[in-house]
Amino acid sequence: MAATTECGADASTSENMSLKKALSAASPLTLRIVAECPVTKARACDLILPHCAVSAPVFMPVGTQGTLKGITVDQLEGLGCQICLGNTYHLGMRPGPDLIEKASGLHGFMNWKRNLLTDSGGFQMVSLVELSEVTEEGVKFKSPYDGKEILLSPEKSISIQNSLGSDIMMQLDDVVSSTVTGPRVEEAMHRSIRWLDRCIAANKNPDKQNLFAIIQGGLNAELRKACLDEMTQRDVPGFAIGGLSGGEEKNDFWRMVTLSTDHLPRQKPRYLMGVGYAVDLVVCVALGCDMFDCVFPTRTARFGSALVPWGSLQVKHKQYAKDFQPIDPDCQCPTCKRHSRAYLHALFKSDTAAMHHITIHNIAYQLTLMRSVRQSIVEGRFPEFIRTFMKRMFPSPDHYPSWAVDALASVNVTLE
Amino acid sequence: MAGSKMKLELSRVVQGRSRLGVLKGLGRTGEHSLEVPGCLLHTHVGTVPHLTQDTLHTLSNLPSVTQVTLSNIAEHQEVLEEFKDGFRKFAGLHDTVLYCSLHDPATPCPTGYTTNKTVSVWGSGGRIELTVAKFMALQKTVQPDWYQSMADGETWQNNTSRKRVRKSVDRTLAHLDECLLVHQKSQELEGVEMFGVVEGGDILEERVRSARETAKRPVAGFCLDGLQTGSMDRALRTQLITAVTKELPEDKPRLLQGVGRPDEVLACVEAGVDLFESFFPFQVTERGCALCFSFDISPDPELAGRAPHAVLGLDEERDTVGETQQNGDFNLDDQTQMTSFEINLKDKSYQDDFRPLVEGCGCYCCKNHQRAYLHHLLVTNELLAGVLLMIHNTAHYHAFFGSLREALANDKLDLLKRRVLRERGRQI
Repeated sequence: MAATTECGADASTSENMSLKKALSAASPLTLRIVAECPVTKARACDLILPHCAVSAPVFMPVGTQGTLKGITVDQLEGLGCQICLGNTYHLGMRPGPDLIEKASGLHGFMNWKRNLLTDSGGFQMVSLVELSEVTEEGVKFKSPYDGKEILLSPEKSISIQNSLGSDIMMQLDDVVSSTVTGPRVEEAMHRSIRWLDRCIAANKNPDKQNLFAIIQGGLNAELRKACLDEMTQRDVPGFAIGGLSGGEEKNDFWRMVTLSTDHLPRQKPRYLMGVGYAVDLVVCVALGCDMFDCVFPTRTARFGSALVPWGSLQVKHKQYAKDFQPIDPDCQCPTCKRHSRAYLHALFKSDTAAMHHITIHNIAYQLTLMRSVRQSIVEGRFPEFIRTFMKRMFPSPDHYPSWAVDALASVNVTLE
Repeated sequence: MAGSKMKLELSRVVQGRSRLGVLKGLGRTGEHSLEVPGCLLHTHVGTVPHLTQDTLHTLSNLPSVTQVTLSNIAEHQEVLEEFKDGFRKFAGLHDTVLYCSLHDPATPCPTGYTTNKTVSVWGSGGRIELTVAKFMALQKTVQPDWYQSMADGETWQNNTSRKRVRKSVDRTLAHLDECLLVHQKSQELEGVEMFGVVEGGDILEERVRSARETAKRPVAGFCLDGLQTGSMDRALRTQLITAVTKELPEDKPRLLQGVGRPDEVLACVEAGVDLFESFFPFQVTERGCALCFSFDISPDPELAGRAPHAVLGLDEERDTVGETQQNGDFNLDDQTQMTSFEINLKDKSYQDDFRPLVEGCGCYCCKNHQRAYLHHLLVTNELLAGVLLMIHNTAHYHAFFGSLREALANDKLDLLKRRVLRERGRQI
């Protein structure tokens, strides 16, 4: 069992180490609930994983192809990131699992010493590839690189993820867009359960790699509940809430999130996939989620969009050409400590480094947000934090999104 | 120039031409220095391409002089005027000497727009025409520590007429005199150094005339222009530089513009050049390549005579690329072609090569990553490729200059030349 190392969790080092020693032999994941919000369903947890401890609630940046878009692993570590994502579909295509295995797994290949989570490839197969066909066997599709037909089955997905060596692996699920209705949704939900079982059976490294289940069921409460009932009977170290980050109505979205957390075990982490907008993060923490991932902060950075507590700032816009403040005067990230909006605006016309500066800032923003959320839960003032956060983010209470108001009300937080 | 702080202290002159020493008295307080032969730090508006402060500072021994170019900066004049505190502060550059040149050596610009009174630079929004007045206004807002005077260097195309070459020399001298007038009257530029620019195309007499005339003016040093890689036969360049440096005072530095290839650097140092622009590592990075040529002149007999580890098993055809410059038409597009000093990491052979880019290179990229990873980043078009390659190529290039200085100090220039050209018996 690989030695685990501290990387910034709140709990005292010695306490953590003995806990790790006691449990590391049994499971590569231990959840320690540090605090629970008495008002909402939020928790602050330490998630002990093979490479280091992770403080939750946590936002996980997405490094799709084994790299975080222009940021070195040292910079990522310097920002306090304890876990990030790699993508099974992309890495499975290029450079392929065999090469990565030769390189000592994805950790060795990209030289990332902390935790990695890989998704199964399911979402990409459906969102990126036109001609894909889902059967009980798996998903058949045409490789965009050489046109060959490939079958991504639960076994194949787990095999690739075993080669990647990620600390958390996701089951292959039958992914259906949240805007789809009808019998296909039910079919996909049931198949996802069967595929979960196949994934569990196929995992060669259950003592080193954690396999998470993904709750499906679309926007149908009954189907979700059925999925929850079934999947929670499997002994997996964690659960993801899937199928909810693609264009559905926010009103339906939050109801499915809260329904899911109501029926997921308290002692296991809840990972809400594909969610990363600041408001969504804060609300969904209140609804009981612990882990989040999203390409949005890093993707939008490359277009010059900097995330700030009051929304976002389009650095490339003319209005910032002579704005000599940093992006956020209160931000402590390397970008804000040294550069102004005006300089970044000018730099965008000349060099790619401009994107890197914004990427660093946006990751810092997301991680700082989650750290503040966690701290407020630990200190028993999360509802107050939510109110302050919303006030800062929106010009007036009239502007608060109604879905957020409703969702927060459902967990006893009233906004003005 | 009254009160010029810049001072070139030579410790050796080898064979009457190659100079070794230190350029002292740089910066507003005169506390910075730069070893020569050496290179400046090439940037885009103050940023080394692809790099943020964190990644830049994984490099040790960076040159103390940062180069910015008016081609990148001119379009931001209004912003800088409102900012008032100079470009260095605007860019978040701390503690560096700022040198401002006219053109970006890595980006040849369109020709045909130069007039008697103006030169043009190309920014992101198109052409910007500069008169001396505008040029000097820019220098006053940029507030560099040192800059080159405005110059007409458009003599590098094939078939530039003698008349045109003469014009470039005349205009450049006229611009220099006008710049000097404004400079001497300007409070904002007090303590700032100016270099004169030697032109003359490929015509010996014009080169000598330009050098002699420029040397008469009170400038702190000399830029040699119109000699960039791709503009002329190498032997001719060396000949011209030798003739030019004979006319220039020994105690003032010579900066050669637009030349960066290691073999050409060596030849030009031998012809009397002190300073170069470091755009070559950037060009190598942009084509997905990594510098790997050896410059090891250590006395270890085991190492001597052994081909550099990194170039074993390479494609032999590629080596002839370096020779296209010797014959046929010249054009600046040749600058983007791969040279024999680098490896192309997109090549399939690197797919499962788990060695660092260069064994023994202490840069962040070589300490942390492998060729297979770089290959993957390039094949998948990932931004990190540029970051890592820029770090390595910059480190390798500056280490080459360190080795060059060491070679000059220890009479090992010939050995270095052999190493760099990989014992192929090529004449520089």
